[in-house]
Amino acid sequence: MSEERVGVYVCHCGTNIAKTIDVQDVATWAARQPHVTVARDYKFMCSSLGQEMVEQDITEHGLTRVVVAACSPHMHEKTFQGACERAGLNRFMFEMANIRELNSWTTRDRESATQKAKSMVRGAVERVIHHRPLEMLPVPINPNTLIVGGGIAGITAALDIANAGYHVYLVEREPSIGGHMAQVDKTFPTLDCSACILTPRMVDVGQHPNITLLSYSELEQVDGHVGNFTVRVRKKARFINEALCTGCGDCIEKCPGKALDETFEVGLGYRKAVYKPFPQAVPKYPVIDPESCIFFQRGKCKACEVVCPTHAIDFNQKDEYLQLTVGNIILATGYDLFDARKIPQYGYGRLANVFTSMEFERMVNAAGPTDGQIVLRDGITPPKSVGIIHCVGSRDKHYHEYCSRVCCMYSLKFAHLIHERLPDTEVYNFYIDIRASGKRYEEFYHRVLEEGTHFIRGRVAEVTDAARMPGEEGKLIIQVEDTLIGKQRRIPVDMVILSVGVQSRHDSQEVAQLFGMGCDFNGYFIERHPKLDPVLTMSDGVFIAGACQGPMAIPETVAQAGSAASQVISLISQGTLMMEPIRARINADKCSGCRICNNLCPYYAITFHEDRKVSEVITAMCQGCGACVSACPSSAITGAHFTTEQVMSQIEGILWDVRETIPLMARS
Amino acid sequence: MGTTATTARAPTFFDEVVAETPGDPRLETCLQCGTCGGSCPSGADMDHTPRAIFALIAAGMKDAVLRSNTAWYCVSCYYCMVRCPQEIHITDIMYTLKRMSIKAGLYKDKTSVPEASDFAETFINYVETYGRSFELGLATRYHLLHHPLDMIKMVPLGLGMWRRKRLDLTPRKIEGIQQLQAILTRAKELGGAA
Amino acid sequence: MKYSYYPGCSLERQASAYHQSTMAVARPLNIDLVELEDWNCCGAIEYIAVDLLPAYALISRNLALAANQNGPGNHQLVAPCSACYLNLSKADKYMSDSPELAEKVNIALAAGGLSYTPGTIRTRHLLDVIVNDVGLDAIKERVTNPLYNLRVAPYYGCVVVRPGFNNQFDDTEYPTSMDRLLRTLGAKVIDFPLKSHCCGGHMTQISQGVALELIRRLLKNASDYQADVIVTLCPMCQLNLDAYQDSVNKHFGTDYTIPILYFTQLIGLALGLPATELGFGKEFVDARPALARIGSQPDMTDTAGLRRDKKALPMPRMTGEV
Repeated sequence: MSEERVGVYVCHCGTNIAKTIDVQDVATWAARQPHVTVARDYKFMCSSLGQEMVEQDITEHGLTRVVVAACSPHMHEKTFQGACERAGLNRFMFEMANIRELNSWTTRDRESATQKAKSMVRGAVERVIHHRPLEMLPVPINPNTLIVGGGIAGITAALDIANAGYHVYLVEREPSIGGHMAQVDKTFPTLDCSACILTPRMVDVGQHPNITLLSYSELEQVDGHVGNFTVRVRKKARFINEALCTGCGDCIEKCPGKALDETFEVGLGYRKAVYKPFPQAVPKYPVIDPESCIFFQRGKCKACEVVCPTHAIDFNQKDEYLQLTVGNIILATGYDLFDARKIPQYGYGRLANVFTSMEFERMVNAAGPTDGQIVLRDGITPPKSVGIIHCVGSRDKHYHEYCSRVCCMYSLKFAHLIHERLPDTEVYNFYIDIRASGKRYEEFYHRVLEEGTHFIRGRVAEVTDAARMPGEEGKLIIQVEDTLIGKQRRIPVDMVILSVGVQSRHDSQEVAQLFGMGCDFNGYFIERHPKLDPVLTMSDGVFIAGACQGPMAIPETVAQAGSAASQVISLISQGTLMMEPIRARINADKCSGCRICNNLCPYYAITFHEDRKVSEVITAMCQGCGACVSACPSSAITGAHFTTEQVMSQIEGILWDVRETIPLMARS
Repeated sequence: MGTTATTARAPTFFDEVVAETPGDPRLETCLQCGTCGGSCPSGADMDHTPRAIFALIAAGMKDAVLRSNTAWYCVSCYYCMVRCPQEIHITDIMYTLKRMSIKAGLYKDKTSVPEASDFAETFINYVETYGRSFELGLATRYHLLHHPLDMIKMVPLGLGMWRRKRLDLTPRKIEGIQQLQAILTRAKELGGAA
Repeated sequence: MKYSYYPGCSLERQASAYHQSTMAVARPLNIDLVELEDWNCCGAIEYIAVDLLPAYALISRNLALAANQNGPGNHQLVAPCSACYLNLSKADKYMSDSPELAEKVNIALAAGGLSYTPGTIRTRHLLDVIVNDVGLDAIKERVTNPLYNLRVAPYYGCVVVRPGFNNQFDDTEYPTSMDRLLRTLGAKVIDFPLKSHCCGGHMTQISQGVALELIRRLLKNASDYQADVIVTLCPMCQLNLDAYQDSVNKHFGTDYTIPILYFTQLIGLALGLPATELGFGKEFVDARPALARIGSQPDMTDTAGLRRDKKALPMPRMTGEV
């Protein structure tokens, strides 16, 4: 050990570290410590000059180990490992002491911080001299990709990857892909027909040779790691033989069973027991819903089986389980809408003519339950006045504190559509702010102003049918303060539309857990960095795209999907990923075959050889958590880069100034 | 009592209002959305809606705020407070404004309800003397002072109440009235919202 | 079940019907309401408008007395009046949240030889105790004279459900506990949208115009929904809607004659207690014509509802997870 020559570098990080820690003192002190050949302090170690300084010292002073006391290894471990490597030193002969996040950023006490910095540096030095050179592990990347969610995000990503020549599994839980975009009538600000721009892509997905579409399917389990995930998928029984079905729809026509369509038609319309969610569904196969099917409920009927020209109905069909192996996963699971029942004072559910935005979207859609007619709940009468209420469930500490980003624009869209279909109807938009920040969004707002929409700046207090004066009888009254004139107003209207906000999927937590990922407090998947890495997650090989990451409209979703796809394509085309060698290894000679480690491993990375009665770590699956290392009663397992010697030495280094008074820990 | 950042500058009217209100009223988070003004049952009759009052407070317009009838028209129904998306303690602030307007003495000048505070003060007079409220005394003293002509209109109501045995002619007094008075005296000495 | 009972100034005389009917139904409902000894006025919404600390000290004397007088394990104080309920629970909550306030209040209390640790007493509204502690099943068993066909508008008023601190027992916008109770008594509960709107409180003394309009709105809405009776749980609401109904009619040219009754009075009737024990006869708007509509059988024709039009769009599902 005495031949070790350690270089210690203490970073100022501008004032981030230097304001609290006396970096010069630490460097001078470090120079006097055992094994330390060179010790410097510098303003910005991560800069090219900083790195060059390290490289130069390695060459000129023959350094064998390097310690940098600076920020978190998450920030710059790779930077300095790279510098070492360029100077010919194995990258793992390096240790970082985090004297920023774990020290200068936690206190204002200069004396304590400096003292702690010295301990951390000494700990790092004593550890690094026990480091061994290690090599990065090449991990082959399986060229298949799993995309979870068949909305516009999933569809875009799937097509991008498939067009690049790689195979994609697209898993979607509904009977058809298309997501929420398929429910929309027109899209803002261009007023493109949503189905017209979406369905060609859906068809492409359905026909693409590189895409295996697994619709009406759920993810059951995910194992493995980047480059090699094993995924179990449950393909739910449609009770229709896809090999025989031609999608003719005769079964749907003849089916006597009826149910409220609470998914696609959001409770505003009905469907049959055997149904396609919408006419342009991809795949074209219908699905039988056992809850509303007369045969499943009461054992009678089977009309569909009788009329099907290809005998494709199969009441005995079972769920199918598939095992897929993929290299990368993109989560594109989309969003849910805020439940307006949570705000009783808006009257949703109690007052017949209060509708949510999605209900109105379906109403206004020519293929919807009213054939595109804007009518009141009686199904006949067109409204003469409509109030559109912004910010329902958003920007509110009681529900969601965030702004849902899309509602202002879709509310303006509704105003326009009402003017278009019912030119004599008065339209009122009640808002706090008009958020029209995308391309051509503000111009769309001006268009809606020109169409004669009444804008009242005030967050609606209540929607009521309790008339106070003549003229209010039989109407819905919107009570609001018109803040721009500072007066309370009561506006009688025929119909109210609640512009509900978006929220994360009700089961986003469960989905995240399948991937060992986390959700933020609002249930959205957590990106690696909100500014720079919006589609990466903390788990390598798992990406997120679209509204499952945060509220966003179609352009942002498509952009994110493309970004995730390109990252995946980049990994696949590299063919191999270099992974960190921080893994466990079992010394077969010492292994007693007790198998305690086998069940402890959270990644199922330990296998047992029956013939030799020893366990072995599957290196590629091992994530280096260390559970087995500490559990092995024979001390047969070592964790590379986290050996007992290394860890203990670090502890003794940290306690450098008190260790005479503490009994030395037993070394195993 | 707010948790606004410590200020080295002299306290503003905004700071005063916040300090006088128990707990953290969160007034600085007001988005001016108007939910309070829209919800208020008497909002249409106030010369400034609650939201407008908060804008005036933020603008430091102490005179306008303390002369306005807003706080006195507040019926304390708490609709505003439970609906406010920023969870601002609006009703508590209204009570603060009542107290501040009495202390500032501006209410007597130009509010449209200069006598509103007298109702409260007459009420507490009885409570401090007897430990219980005394409606007959309160109504007569208050109305004689401020709306003597309305007294005539009130007579049928008063008689109706008395006939139905819903009106005490004399005040009730608690046993521990001295104890109560000692407590209230000490409390007045201490002052402050804490 | 034993509780400490804080009647409040109104129940002594103005709202004696409430007090009388509460005491009458307490026995069959098995609740023992022990009146707090020598309680003082809670200050209503008047004291706090003048001086904060004395207002809290005034309220806290009651909390301190309750803490002293209750046996161990009995920390519940029941208030039938919504304003008293608000004051008692608010003072306790704010003192719990702000140690400085609690300290100052305790210094004041000490001048009277008292002290109070915030959080000791849990104040409950009488409706909460009846619906949630006694329970609707227990009440249903004891109903001998169901109030069939009596159309009731359940009027909660404002501060029983708002601001809804820790003691919140019902929704702040659209409460239903009294609705469920009245249904259990056999009455026909109408959907009363203004059920938690404010009656105006003391506005009758501050500005008659504003006050009468607030009262008119409630009467109009109840009338529009064809209520026979408005059922209240607060003495202030009862006074405003009842004693000023005539003034409303004169001011606006309307002719409402809707009796305003306390929910405890209706409980008493349904339990078969005589009207004389329940404080009837004290209301300005005579309750007898409305009560005469109580039938011996429920009228089922009303519940048939409208035949659903084929063209009509379905209404949103209101059950299930919210």
